[in-house]
Amino acid sequence: MASILAVDDSASMLQMVAFTLKGAGYDVVEASDGLQALEVARKQSVNLVITDVNMPRMDGITLIKELRALPAYKFTPLLMLTTESSPEKKQQGKAAGATGWIVKPFNPDQLLNTVKKVLG
Amino acid sequence: MAEANAKIMTNPQEEECLDEFGAQYLTFSLADEEYGVDILRVQEIRGWETVTRVPNAPSYVKGVLNLRGSIVPIFDLRERFNLARQAYTKDTVVVVLRVTAAGGMRIMGVVVDAVSDVLNASDDGITSTPDFGGSVATEFISGLVSAGGKMIMLLDVDRLLSQDEGIDQGERDHEDQ
Amino acid sequence: MTIDMAQFHQVFFDESFEGLDIMESGLLDMDAGNADLEQINAIFRAAHSIKGGSGTFGFTNISDFTHVMETLLDEMRDGRRQVSADAINVLLRSVDVLREMLTAASEDGELNEAHVREQQAELERVLNEGAQAGASSAEETAAPPETRQPTGWHIVFRPHAHMMRTGNDPVRILRELSSLGELEVEADLSDLPSLDEIEPEDCYLSWDLRLTGDVSRDQLDDVFAWVEDDCDLAIMPMLPEQPAAAPDPAPAVEAGATEPVAPQVKAVPAPEERRNGVDRRGEGDRRKGDRRKSATASQGSSSIRVDISKIDALINMVGELVITQSMLSLLGEDFDMSRVERLQEGLSQLERHTREMQESVMQIRMLPISFTFSRFPRLVHDLSTKMGKKIELKMTGETTEVDKTVIEKIGDPLVHLVRNSLDHGIELPADRIAAGKPETGTVELNASHRGGNIIIEIKDDGKGLNPDVLLNKAIERGLVPADANLTDQQIYELIFMAGFSTAEQVSDVSGRGVGMDVVRRNINELGGSIEIWSELGKGSSFTIRLPLTLAILDGQTVSVGEETYIVPLVSIIESIQIQADMINLVAGKGETFKLRDEYLPIVRLHQVLGIEGAKATELTEGLLVVVEGEGRRCGLFVDDLLGQQQVVIKSLEANYRKVDGISGATILGDGSVALILDVPGLIRLAGRGGARDEREMRLSA
Repeated sequence: MASILAVDDSASMLQMVAFTLKGAGYDVVEASDGLQALEVARKQSVNLVITDVNMPRMDGITLIKELRALPAYKFTPLLMLTTESSPEKKQQGKAAGATGWIVKPFNPDQLLNTVKKVLG
Repeated sequence: MAEANAKIMTNPQEEECLDEFGAQYLTFSLADEEYGVDILRVQEIRGWETVTRVPNAPSYVKGVLNLRGSIVPIFDLRERFNLARQAYTKDTVVVVLRVTAAGGMRIMGVVVDAVSDVLNASDDGITSTPDFGGSVATEFISGLVSAGGKMIMLLDVDRLLSQDEGIDQGERDHEDQ
Repeated sequence: MTIDMAQFHQVFFDESFEGLDIMESGLLDMDAGNADLEQINAIFRAAHSIKGGSGTFGFTNISDFTHVMETLLDEMRDGRRQVSADAINVLLRSVDVLREMLTAASEDGELNEAHVREQQAELERVLNEGAQAGASSAEETAAPPETRQPTGWHIVFRPHAHMMRTGNDPVRILRELSSLGELEVEADLSDLPSLDEIEPEDCYLSWDLRLTGDVSRDQLDDVFAWVEDDCDLAIMPMLPEQPAAAPDPAPAVEAGATEPVAPQVKAVPAPEERRNGVDRRGEGDRRKGDRRKSATASQGSSSIRVDISKIDALINMVGELVITQSMLSLLGEDFDMSRVERLQEGLSQLERHTREMQESVMQIRMLPISFTFSRFPRLVHDLSTKMGKKIELKMTGETTEVDKTVIEKIGDPLVHLVRNSLDHGIELPADRIAAGKPETGTVELNASHRGGNIIIEIKDDGKGLNPDVLLNKAIERGLVPADANLTDQQIYELIFMAGFSTAEQVSDVSGRGVGMDVVRRNINELGGSIEIWSELGKGSSFTIRLPLTLAILDGQTVSVGEETYIVPLVSIIESIQIQADMINLVAGKGETFKLRDEYLPIVRLHQVLGIEGAKATELTEGLLVVVEGEGRRCGLFVDDLLGQQQVVIKSLEANYRKVDGISGATILGDGSVALILDVPGLIRLAGRGGARDEREMRLSA
């Protein structure tokens, strides 16, 4: 089954995302900020990254930029979790190499639909 | 006499039990009278042992006991019902009961003369309490049942505690649960 | 897939309350001009997380409210907005409202919605002041007017060369489109270079697509939302009246179409939001049920966040314990007297591990006092502004760990004391200058471990207590006789008497109908004590002494007749064998004894607790344990002292009720129960002439 790296500094969101994806049979690796996620992503390759944008230490956009620069992540789908209020974040994210976004708030079904769509 | 109005009861929980399974009662003797308590409320039966006295408590509160880490008060039912006092013997037993009070569930022990039997109330009839001029205040009795030619008074264990004027009915600490 | 979202609520609430604390302290620092960019970022992130979580977990009122705060903070963070004192104050009040909302949501309680609306309006007012109007309204008007329902769509989709390097796959998009309706695909290979020029990572194909079926524009926008900037895109409705095939969709149409399309695509957020709105309403009822369920589950079982290192220490300890246990059981299987030394060794190991484990378990209940202290910067900020005073709050020892119950219960007394210092202690700036003091007053809040106790000190450099004024007031209130001859220290103690603080001095700040007597009682209930020091013109300080933990107590076991009681060590001053010449009988006041220069009342434990069979009835036969409680001292008369030990405190109220003069019970080594004496309660009981009299008084009252 595909493996997914979930990144969020909010424990409740991370729990929800991980729980939902694990429930659907995906392998989920968790990280609570961009720096930690980058370390994880360097050690093991994953099929999809879902990251929050606003995080301490390293934000989601920087994470996407860093990941996209890694050869192993050249074509990997990188999704950001973002809110309606920040269209400019989507633009920044896209510019950094994001595949797309999942709009907060979302429910588990929306999350799974998007993930299934991306992973085919 | 009891067969006819077997289902006149005051305690809804007992009624429920009776409807589905028939209720069982633990019966015990107290000054030549027989009493019963809902067996689901009985946690255990122990022999009498020395308790730690509680200062300035009513005389029927014999004291407190360590029951697996919880501090449990022990009431003397003879004294509670104003029956003649009797010295404790090796037959004297403590029935440990679970009672519900305003603050939640509590554990208490009652000292009785001896435990008699387990009575199945679906085989026998229960009547409501007549206003008899007996020695026990009828407020503690939820019903009467006859078995083997004897009249057994069924105790409402929750009232046993709530009618105690001293018991704290407010918020309480759950740390011992 | 159904997932019970309620299972994440507790974590969400925990992190949100933490986020609120971060926001509050950050905003206070901003107010003081100390905040750096990282701190403002942290405030923003906290608001952002609360918004995201509350939206996801179904608390839409919270996410709507936080949205406005977030927008304001975002502008401050980007430097688009000046940080004004007004904005900070509004944000601080909004933090309070948010806290109310979260509390209401977590406890399923009532929420003052008018209050929320008011505060939200206030936020919007600040937001609109100096904001570039139009930006948001332009977005809203961009929503496309919905017209006739088309039979399908004609789409020209030309990915830019780099599209696959964003992780997007054109094939996925085609797949998605085909799932919406019947899709006719025509690939345009004209841009495909010759094989030797081809870049395998680039995308050269484009497509001309006809999608028929009941497909809405919103659905198409969703499909292309991620790639709108990575392709040329034209989406044209195929309307019923027109022939299905548009004559020539080539370059001219494409170029013309991209322009009107672009603003429409920008409008994606609007329909998306609408759709989410429907989802939310649809799930509203279910969520309400979930929340109630989780609320009942959390009632009574309050949770605690524990540092992982404490858990690890505990696990290590359990490991040791298991090893010792298996060693002992091996020994027991085949025991003979030659191995008695091994046994003793094992038992002492067991004892050591048990003790260590007890300490580790106790550690889990310990939290830094910063949980309580953190509210004070805000309190001081708000109150000093209100009172027109300049006050600096200095806090030390915030990392001092105290029992969780202490954290919960010490808050109100501390707030009262700090309010008192601000209100009655620190003078107005002009008065301070006139008194030759710095204009800014100082209130110190210190916490530390000392001996087996926690010491919390509240100290101010204000005007101090005036003994003459206090004494006159006490005489006026009839609390002391007019001819009372009291030391200054005894006069200070008067403020702890019930009835001392009255309506006359109840102000907006320290009023609230709670007196210092309540403060002292609350602290006593935690097994602690409070002392006062003051110097006229220089300031005052209150020192609170609390036991390290509330679950365990250092006790002195004493015997009276057949009974054993525990006297908390913290209230014992000394124990003495009394000599006949020390005893005095004061008319109307009972027995007293002279200890150095003081006459102290004697409380006969067997009398006040009604114990029969006391061995010592003559004062010279037993012992006097000199104790102190609530500032009063007395000698407790007991038969004998047995020993000192740590006891685990058990509640008497759990199954019985509160007993005057008794604070709880414990289980001794032999399994029997011993009662723990409540020293202040006993002194009160004795002062009223024993329990029996007191009960009569209560009955007649």
